[in-house]
Amino acid sequence: MQNKHLRWVIYLAGLLVLLIASVILSLSVGEMNLGFFDIFSILGKGHTSMEYTIITQIRLPRVLLGIAVGGALSLSGVLLQGVYRNPLVEPYTLGISGGASLGVAFAIVFGLHQLIGPMVLPLSGFIGAFLIIFMVYSISSRHGRINIQSMLLTGVMISFIASSSMMLLMAITSAENLHGIIFWIMGSLDEPEMSLIYVTLVMAFVSLAVSYLFVQPLNALRLGEEKAKHLGINTDTTIKLLFLLASMLAGVCVAVAGVIGFVGLIIPHLMRLLVGSDYRILLVSSFLSGSIFLVLSDVIARTIISPNELPIGVITGIVGGIVFLLMMSRSSVQLMRNK
Amino acid sequence: MTMNPSILNIQNLCCGYPKFQLSDICLDMPKGSFAGIIGPNGSGKTTLFRAITGTLGIKSGKIMLGDKNLRTLAPRQRAQNIAIVSQFIDAGDISVEDYVLMGRIPYQSRFSFFESDDDLRIAREYMTMTDTWRFKDQLMSELSGGEQQLAAIARALTQEPELLLLDEPTSHLDITHQVHILNVLQQLNQEMGLSVLMVIHDLNLASEYCDRLILVNQGRIHTQGTPEEVLTFQNIEDVYQTVVVTQPNPLSGKPAVFLATQKVLKEISERTGNPQ
Repeated sequence: MQNKHLRWVIYLAGLLVLLIASVILSLSVGEMNLGFFDIFSILGKGHTSMEYTIITQIRLPRVLLGIAVGGALSLSGVLLQGVYRNPLVEPYTLGISGGASLGVAFAIVFGLHQLIGPMVLPLSGFIGAFLIIFMVYSISSRHGRINIQSMLLTGVMISFIASSSMMLLMAITSAENLHGIIFWIMGSLDEPEMSLIYVTLVMAFVSLAVSYLFVQPLNALRLGEEKAKHLGINTDTTIKLLFLLASMLAGVCVAVAGVIGFVGLIIPHLMRLLVGSDYRILLVSSFLSGSIFLVLSDVIARTIISPNELPIGVITGIVGGIVFLLMMSRSSVQLMRNK
Repeated sequence: MTMNPSILNIQNLCCGYPKFQLSDICLDMPKGSFAGIIGPNGSGKTTLFRAITGTLGIKSGKIMLGDKNLRTLAPRQRAQNIAIVSQFIDAGDISVEDYVLMGRIPYQSRFSFFESDDDLRIAREYMTMTDTWRFKDQLMSELSGGEQQLAAIARALTQEPELLLLDEPTSHLDITHQVHILNVLQQLNQEMGLSVLMVIHDLNLASEYCDRLILVNQGRIHTQGTPEEVLTFQNIEDVYQTVVVTQPNPLSGKPAVFLATQKVLKEISERTGNPQ
């Protein structure tokens, strides 16, 4: 085995240990603090205790959603940065969050969730996100080819239009609806519908597996689109499929958990610095560390002003932003080159 | 007239952009030759290069690679037959060995996760040949321009191509590295019989190293043939609009191009009393 592969195994094992530790931590802290190592004995005893109910009914769903959403957003970010070769691209740059927010705002303002039921919110978020993706995609593709630079600009512009339209809705609606919209936008891992959590989890892991079919093109694309073509890669198809995969991941996440920013931007950068730019290790390590980051952020969001809860999007934004600035201020660190 | 079958044969090629067209390009490059595309800035060298690399679609005519039509060749097969070294390498934070191993991509199955022992052996062989094995664990961005160029050549060779294409491989290098890189290419051409086609600006380097030159001007081929046939002062003055003198290089006998500055031209015309 080459040294490189040995290093990958070590990274992978380290991240898995960290993920397990954060899961146990998240299961043990909260309004009722349980010992870190007591978790196992509580779970071992089975259904009888109240602690068992708290862990499995209240905390475990959040942890599962955290793993799924954190991993999926981070994977989505790393794929988009790879396709666009641009360090500032993240799932939301292309208008996905704007579209989802607009969809949800629309549903709340027109009272659709009261008419039909709570499932309307994630559904309308998903539809909003996909309308935007479809628009960005069809505006920037001509004759079956995609100009990725113009696509980026199109995404940013459509994102502006979507968020301005949402502001318009917010300006004309009642204070009660306003609160609902704002709360949704700030994001939360609190999802009462267990089936949505499972769907998100399955989608996240299936997408991770699917993304591994693209490691070779992604690695070649590190050299640029033209040089990847010279190596026999069908770049047009690769870029299209990866864009759709990344958008779908982000769209589902936003629909289920609201706008949780920064995971898709910073985690891939941190991982590039740590494990290098080879996508064979970068994809899975971005996924795992995105999960770790979100599970831990949720712990902070739940405990810092307990018994109240902070929106998790606020935590990821602040923590993520500070970490990112610290990284940038280390002058030796070179972020993914902008080319 | 040629003993060898052709490796690259272009017939009546027309291609280009809305504002710039290449027209009526015909050329034939025998297997094992070392050819250079020369011409002024904006003459169409790079457009021709991009047509041969397949980056630019062609409007009419055809490009044959050996007995295969380039247009019908799948991207992977094309990459197994033609390897390209671009002017700017820009491989960033990839280690030199990983970069060179990318040359094996056209041969790897989409689902192969690790490089095979063969891949590693081939990459090592060409890195040794280009003297880049000693940098194998460094990052590409840590190498100098000349070293990056050598690594790019090693990567291209790792593709085990029939034809090696290079876009101005020596353009930002000092004379030591220019000569070193061209010597490496010459050696590959002589010893492995690799066919080489490069775009090159420097007429003297083109003359010394290439056995065939293709002089491009205003989207057409002006002249092609041996350096002696192409690099005459008439051709150069016609295409480059610059007064030059050509003389054989005393060592190789290949034509060398000398410039005439405005001052020298003026002095000469005063001396001879000729208003020209």
